[in-house]
Formats: sequence, C-alpha cells, structure tokens
Amino acid sequence: MPSKFLSGSAPNAAPAPSPDGFRPSDEASGSDRPDATPWAASGAAPAAHVHAALTRTSTGTEDLRELESGLDSLQSDADRKHRIDWSRILLPVAALVVLVLVWQFYVSLGVKRRDLVPGPLDVVGQMGLLWGEGKLQGAMWTSLQRGVVGFLISVAIATPVGLLLAQVAPLRRAFGPLISGLQVLPSVAWVPAAIIWFGLTDATVYFVVFMGAIPSIINGLISGVDQIPPQYRRVGTVLGASRLQMALQVILPAALPGYLSGLKQGWAFSWRSLMAAEIIAVGGTIGFGLGSLLDQGRDLSDMTIVMAAILLILGVGILIELLVFGPIEKRLLRRRGLLAGSTR
Amino acid sequence: MPVVLEHLGKRFGDGAPVLDDVNANIRQGEFVALLGASGCGKSTLLNIIAGLEAPTSGALEVPSDGAAFMFQDAALFPWLTARENIELALKLRGVGKAERRAKAQELLELVHLGSAGDKRPHELSGGMRQRVSLARSLAQDRQLLLMDEPFAALDAITRDLLHDELERIWKETGRTIVFVTHNVREAVRLGQRVLLLSSRPGRVVQEWAVTEEHRTDAGLAGQLTGVITARLREEIRRHAK
Repeated sequence: MPSKFLSGSAPNAAPAPSPDGFRPSDEASGSDRPDATPWAASGAAPAAHVHAALTRTSTGTEDLRELESGLDSLQSDADRKHRIDWSRILLPVAALVVLVLVWQFYVSLGVKRRDLVPGPLDVVGQMGLLWGEGKLQGAMWTSLQRGVVGFLISVAIATPVGLLLAQVAPLRRAFGPLISGLQVLPSVAWVPAAIIWFGLTDATVYFVVFMGAIPSIINGLISGVDQIPPQYRRVGTVLGASRLQMALQVILPAALPGYLSGLKQGWAFSWRSLMAAEIIAVGGTIGFGLGSLLDQGRDLSDMTIVMAAILLILGVGILIELLVFGPIEKRLLRRRGLLAGSTR
Repeated sequence: MPVVLEHLGKRFGDGAPVLDDVNANIRQGEFVALLGASGCGKSTLLNIIAGLEAPTSGALEVPSDGAAFMFQDAALFPWLTARENIELALKLRGVGKAERRAKAQELLELVHLGSAGDKRPHELSGGMRQRVSLARSLAQDRQLLLMDEPFAALDAITRDLLHDELERIWKETGRTIVFVTHNVREAVRLGQRVLLLSSRPGRVVQEWAVTEEHRTDAGLAGQLTGVITARLREEIRRHAK
C-alpha cells in the first residue's frame, strides 16, 4: 500500500538528525521492495493512482461530497422515534396505590383512634365535602395564584441580579455570601417582621415568598454560570460578542440547566414559604389559602381536614413538577444530548 | 492585507518566554502551516494574531477587522442547531435577520451539510461538527482564518477527507489561513509553506515551501515529510536531559 509505505518509512529513512542524511524514499523502495508499485520504482508518480494521506485523496468536488455524505451517514445515529413509555405512567400510579393500601391496612389494624389517624376514604370524603362547599377549589386557587405570581415576580427580580452577580466579580465577592446565607435562612423567619411591617395583607405573604425564592434562583443561576465551559466564552469573544450579547446569547443559554434547577428550587421555596405564611398569618385581608385550610383543621381538631390540606399541598407540588418543570427540563436536556443513559 | 510578525516575544509574568523573536511574513491568500512540538507556544501565537492576547515585545501587523478562529474541539453551542450556530456568528457580525438564513444555508452547502442544518451538535459526528465549525468561522467573514489543530481529534478517514475539503474551501474563498498542527504530514498536505517553531521558547527555526507537485506526487511529499520530521526531531532532542 503506497500510503502505508510512505507514512511509515519516510520519516524513518532519516536516522541522522541532519536533514542532509535523508535518503529519498524512491531509492529505498527500489532496493528494499521488489514488489513495490511501479510509481515508486520509477520515481515518477502518476497522480491519478496515488491515494496517500499526503496528497489529495478525492478526485473532485462531487466525489468529495459523495464521500463525505457516506461517512456522515455511517457516523451519525439513525433518528429514533419517540413512543409513549407506559412504564413512566404505570409505575408511579402503582407506587401510589401501594402507599394508599399500606395506609388503609395500618388504619384497619386499629392501632390509633380513628379521629387521630383517619383512613384514605375518610380523607377523600372530607375533600368531597370541602369541594361541595367550594372551599377546596377556592383555597387551592388562592394559594396557587399567589404562589405563581410571587414566583414569577421573583424570577423577574432574581434573573438580572443573578447575571450581574455572576458576571461582575467585585459585586459577587461583596454580596455572594449574603445571598447564600439568605438561602439558608428559613423564609418563615421573615413572617413576624412582615406582619409588623405590612399587617395581615397580601403584601406579607408576597414578601415572605420573595425572601424564599429570590436567593435560591440567584444561587442557581450563579452556579449555572460557574459551570459554563470556558471555551464558550472564548467562542463568544472570537465571534465579536459585546458584553450584553455575551450575557444574553452565550452565558444565559449556556447556564440554562443550572438556572432551571435554580428555578425549580425557587418554586419549591415559594410554595413552602407561602404555606408557612398562610399557616401563621390568618385573617385580615389575607385570603383563604391551603395553608389557612390546614390551620383551620388544626383549630377544629379535625384530622381529616388537616390530612386533606397536606395532600392537596403535596399534590400541587407534584403537579407543577410533572406538568411544568419536568417537561421543560427533559426537553432542555434532550436537545443538548444530555439525556442518554439517565434514569429520567 | 498581509500578516507581519516582527521580533514578537511573549512571556507570562516572570516566567521563561513562551515566544521569543518570532518573525514571519504571511501573504494575503496564503495557506501557512505552523508546525511544532508541544510547548512551542503555537496557541499563544494564534491568540496574539487574533488579538486575544498582547505580545510583550516586538510588533505585528494584522488585518484591522481581526481574525476568524477555529478551535480543536468544534466548540459549537449545544443549545443551538447547526444552522443557528452559524446564524449566531452572522448575527454577532451585524447581519440582518432576513439575510442570515440564506447566508447560513449557503455556508452549510459549502461544507456539504445542506440537509443537516436542523440537527443539534450532539447529533452530528465529529467530522460534521468540525465542518459546521468551519462554516461558522467562514460566517465571520474575515480575510484571515486562524485554525488551532482543528482536525487533531478526528479519526484518520475523516481527517483525510477534511484536508481535501479545507483545501477546496480555501481555494473557493481565497482566505488567508494560518493552520497550527502537531502533525508533519498534515502540514505538508495543507500548507503552501510550513513554518517550524522551536519549543521553549517558540521561534520560527526553518521553513519549507510546498509546491503543487507535492500535492499530487506522494513520493515527493513523503520526502519533504521526512526532511521536516528529521528537523523537528532534532529540535525535540535539544530538550533531552
């Protein structure tokens, strides 16, 4: 093979470091290899027949296009069709059924008084009653609305602040520890302060939600930015991105996976803070939310209301994850090719 | 507009110089292969030519609009499709929205990826990614194209094809290309001129002209490869303890 011979022996033909000691490959092949191809023996290479890595290997643009297209189809995966994966639906439902059965089994053992540990059917019955009164939908709507509005405002505040902190080193050094600290501080600690400042109004609830959500969104965004491969910034610079373009076209999309987990956590903090605020601050112009329902159940010593409220709060959390964050995250990861091999 | 490097030197802090007295003169439209072992400051030199770093001594003359850059890894943005990656380069250059799409398609056709524009980087093979990356660097529309070992991570079959592809595109677009490589064969295959850089500090120690005959005559090309390899090894041996 001409290519093998050339690439293998040409450099070795010069054992001495001096370029003068080089022995032309033509002579070498003429004496060492009786079966050498004609071009090597004669020293004149017919261009059309030589296919060595050292010279042009294709015969023209069309040939090249064909070769490349062949290689492309060999090297890239065939498109895979997406089918509905039933195990994704059946397994969680099965897990839920098992849990409810265990609960029912425990209750039927009669270890505790029925009014202290109601069974699943008692709780469902209570939910039905509350639904009939319109209390359930009302409380859920009030809470959900507040949670979502508070969360969206938090996103709008936290995103520019997070980008700024991630990009400007002195700002980050100055405020970074404070933001991390705020994330650790339970936002429910703000409830007394908020009640004193804003009274029993919606402002109290929103304030507590902000103090819960904003720091965790900022932190998520910052850690997302920290994990960006340095190469992306370099490419941005080479492509001539301005500071603002760099932030919006490169940094933000590159940090999106981290930002999204920040958003998820931010939502979780919003929802938790909201429930805490609703449980503690009841009355005034504060409407009746799920937290208020829970507190009312406690006042009435009605365990079925308490359990119903807890399950509804949990249910909203699961629904938001399943319907909002889950699909967004999955899409994001799939588009970046990060989903292969994951258990999602 | 040519690229002229005069007595260029670079050191980081108080360390030993990375580049020392680098002299080179690259004509417009020329394809120059910059060859050297590790530690010859090839990447630093490219960064200086691209204007990403400043030299500590010497002078250089480069096109005022800067240079396009192609990296060893394709460095495509994974959240964008192949087409959008190219469009982003056009957008950052200030090309209007309507024109962007047509221009991006044109560039995709140029690298023979006209039908893969909607694929995302992870769906492309290494060679395809590198071709998209090439199209993106062409989208920058700079006369000078700097390439930092762009084919080093590819398999041999793909690399041979991309050599042909790059040569074709260079001829079609008339760019000035500075191509950095560790690979002597690659340098001989692609460059009109091969500059050998010494290591620690980097300095142009010798250069060879590669003629059209070398492109078609494997014997001749092999001979030149041998000569350059011998010189490169001599340079590496100097560092033996």
